[in-house]
Amino acid sequence: MPTVKEKNMMNSPLKTAKGLGSAHHGVEHWLSQKITALANLPLILWFICSTVSLYAKGASYEAFTAWVAQPLNTTLLVAMFISVFYHAKLGAQVVTEDYVSCGAMKKAKLIAQKLFFALITVASIVCVLKIAFTAGM
Amino acid sequence: MSDTVSQKAKRPLSPHLQVYKLPLTALLSITHRFTGMALIFGSLIVVGFFFAAASGEEYYNMFLDYAEMPIAKVILFLWSGALYYHMCNGVRHMIWDTGALLTKASAMKANYVVLLSAALLTIGTWAMACPCWKG
Repeated sequence: MPTVKEKNMMNSPLKTAKGLGSAHHGVEHWLSQKITALANLPLILWFICSTVSLYAKGASYEAFTAWVAQPLNTTLLVAMFISVFYHAKLGAQVVTEDYVSCGAMKKAKLIAQKLFFALITVASIVCVLKIAFTAGM
Repeated sequence: MSDTVSQKAKRPLSPHLQVYKLPLTALLSITHRFTGMALIFGSLIVVGFFFAAASGEEYYNMFLDYAEMPIAKVILFLWSGALYYHMCNGVRHMIWDTGALLTKASAMKANYVVLLSAALLTIGTWAMACPCWKG
């Protein structure tokens, strides 16, 4: 016998078992947004402290590239750019989903945004690595 | 037909944004989204800086020369403020996710905590970067 709760449910049992809800992709988007936010918090605070300290010391090209080239800093910079731009991609996606009403335009914008954030992530990683591998040369 | 029209007319309407004075909580909610979008453009400047540094010393110095312009300082200041606001309000969103601070009154108190912490962090960062500390 189905319980009262089960009787009152609008979803079919299959829909409930899949657990993806009305957005058709479950909580994955929301959770990724939260996890990248959690990663962004210390990474960005570290980045601000580091750049302010470099700036206070005169921000010479040598000092900056030597700082980027330290393995820990290179790692954290790449991690920061990946996390920040993934977070930005997820945020921009929601804004487009909310405010662009036309179906075709919405799809096109979402695809363009995905490609844009992928490109900018690759560009930032290439720049960090190039500085890191050529510093002091 | 006329029945559907009259039913339609009786439906409650959500407040029209143009004539509705947003409470602070609502205003800060849309500000979170707005600053998020603004930060995308700010982050492109950071990537531009790394691009310049990766292209060589002359481009790096050229970028820093542009960064010394007053308009660049204003943009950087606004960007840092937006960043700290988004960060502080993001922390509040994480607290909200635990189920805490969700009442109207506690959200209103937290509004001021978020605004104050963002302002203090922004001012603190600019105070640390101030050339007046240089000997």
